[in-house]
Amino acid sequence: MMRAYVTGVAVWGPGLAGWEASRPILAGEAPYVATATPPPLPSILSATERRRTGTTVRLALAAAQAATEMAGLEPDALRSVFASANGDGAVVHAILETLAGTDRSVSPTHFHNSVHNAAAGYWTIATGSGAAATCLGCHDATFAAALLKAMAEVACEAAPVLLCLYDAPLPQPLDSKRHTEAVFAAAFVLAPGPDGCLAVLEAEYAAGPASAELAEPRLPALRGLSRVNPAARSLRLLEAIARQVPDACCAGLLDGRVDMRIAPCSTAAAS
Amino acid sequence: MRPLGISAHTVVSAMGRGKAATLAALRSRQGGLRPCDFEDVAPDGKIGGYIGRVEGLEAHSLPEALAGYDCRNNRLADMALRTDGFAEAVAGAAERHGPERVAVILGTSTSGVLASEDAYRHRDGAGALPAGFDFERTHDLFSLSRFVRAALGLRGPAMVVSTACASSAKTFIDAHQLIAAGACDAAVVGGVDSLCRMTLYGFSALDLISATPCRPCDAARDGISIGEAAGFALLERAESEIALLGYGATSDGYHMSAPHPQGVGAIGAMREALARAGLRPDEIDYVNLHGTGTRANDAVEDHAVADVFGPGVACSSTKGWSGHTLGSAGIVEAVIAALCIREGLLPGCLNLTEIDPGFSAGVLAENREQAVRRVVSNSFGFGGINCSLVLGRPG
Repeated sequence: MMRAYVTGVAVWGPGLAGWEASRPILAGEAPYVATATPPPLPSILSATERRRTGTTVRLALAAAQAATEMAGLEPDALRSVFASANGDGAVVHAILETLAGTDRSVSPTHFHNSVHNAAAGYWTIATGSGAAATCLGCHDATFAAALLKAMAEVACEAAPVLLCLYDAPLPQPLDSKRHTEAVFAAAFVLAPGPDGCLAVLEAEYAAGPASAELAEPRLPALRGLSRVNPAARSLRLLEAIARQVPDACCAGLLDGRVDMRIAPCSTAAAS
Repeated sequence: MRPLGISAHTVVSAMGRGKAATLAALRSRQGGLRPCDFEDVAPDGKIGGYIGRVEGLEAHSLPEALAGYDCRNNRLADMALRTDGFAEAVAGAAERHGPERVAVILGTSTSGVLASEDAYRHRDGAGALPAGFDFERTHDLFSLSRFVRAALGLRGPAMVVSTACASSAKTFIDAHQLIAAGACDAAVVGGVDSLCRMTLYGFSALDLISATPCRPCDAARDGISIGEAAGFALLERAESEIALLGYGATSDGYHMSAPHPQGVGAIGAMREALARAGLRPDEIDYVNLHGTGTRANDAVEDHAVADVFGPGVACSSTKGWSGHTLGSAGIVEAVIAALCIREGLLPGCLNLTEIDPGFSAGVLAENREQAVRRVVSNSFGFGGINCSLVLGRPG
């Protein structure tokens, strides 16, 4: 099993407005109410960039910024793994519509914003970061694959890694082919050492499918969300971190899965 | 780092199908670019420009059992899997390690988006997409790795990396990390990108497409020529003639579609790669440039390469042969690097009239034959993603 220490965590979704408000809900201590919760405008983006970027980029950066701040790390040297199943559906749809029309003048801004790693690009630009960044797109397995990749990176590079998952619905007519609900993001800072630890996480790949019992959220009220938004497949892990008791869970990766074990740190994350 | 063996590799591009054809094209200095004749893309100078198109791709069929994955991108992937004995080599690795211990990590920038482009043109009166359009198995990014994993009968971890023009180069790094961390014992890496209207019109909108076959490093260069290609490599801890010796990955943190003017990120990626390989710059025999043929990329890259290597290390771009194959550029050029090492060949820039007089790196204008032990290969993507690989004979 690969091991890392979770030193920062963030979440944004319907009725989950940031970690502080969400932690008691995820721990089963407060009720969950699925109210639409638009993500905050990330303060790291300049006014110009806020105008140029769409929902998905702002969502990803808000979560990334929150987790990084909790971990007390300077973002400019922090390695990152961004991951989204759907990417920026609005931009892709706009380009597809243009290409299906008679005037195929694609907007240059749309085109460079259509690269799957747009959020990673805007993050490194906003933070002035020179650190390695990447972006994965793995359909419903995005959370599992990105977690595996981030854990391996922490282990191999012996450095903290920011993992940021985000997904939003695709506009019609794409939605009819790939239905997604809600706007959801989760971010984790995974570190090689226990300083500032919120939870200890171990993970490994295993052949054989994930069981619903271990993959879906413990809270029945959250299960719907985890089924309709690929980034929300991280909810079970978020619950485990919130609950602060030893736990096991998993996430499906095609006909295999990523098994996880979570445990509270031996010392509280006070300083 | 401990060298990671490259047990097998293959490439299919406009240069030809397979390593022998690719090598022949390099030796004979026969490029694969042609005026854009793709679909209905206006063959009007700066929109389609010149393209690198793969012969026979339209006639290639997927295995019956995987027909649901049919799209240009996956057909190109399948062609490459059946070239140079690659699928057989992977079967050997699956036998040695177990199929659940072989990962599939591939890069693509547009996957099967052409299928969506076609589907949008066939929307009905209510704007609905055709019933037969399978988004998940064509357009979706993960389609590529799911298809390849199924075609190869593997059961290990799978992922798709999509970081624009650095995508398939990054897969080498991901594989190294997963193997080093014990998550798998071998990995199929590389990637595929295929011709589509999105990139032809998109790059044209950014005024980055050349009206002539692209001429990296040329004083009069004026943009890219888009190509399509598929390439794969099998990485595992094993004795091999050629290995991944080092890698570097950085971000520019500057702009979505323009490189940092001082090439800080590119310099950082190359230096990191050399450090991991435990090599000095003068121990590198050749740098395969990202060298897209744009005014900005080539100038910044020259400055960066000169900063790291000085004028004494031979360098060139091979995109004059293949075109810019976007997400698959990294693997195409890694395979070309492997051929250079095996054959003792350094390809000079193609379509070159005059090297930009402002350049100070050791740009080659002609092919050269000499022993080649170690090559650095650069791939830089939109969003400021920089990746540099060191490939060579271990030991």
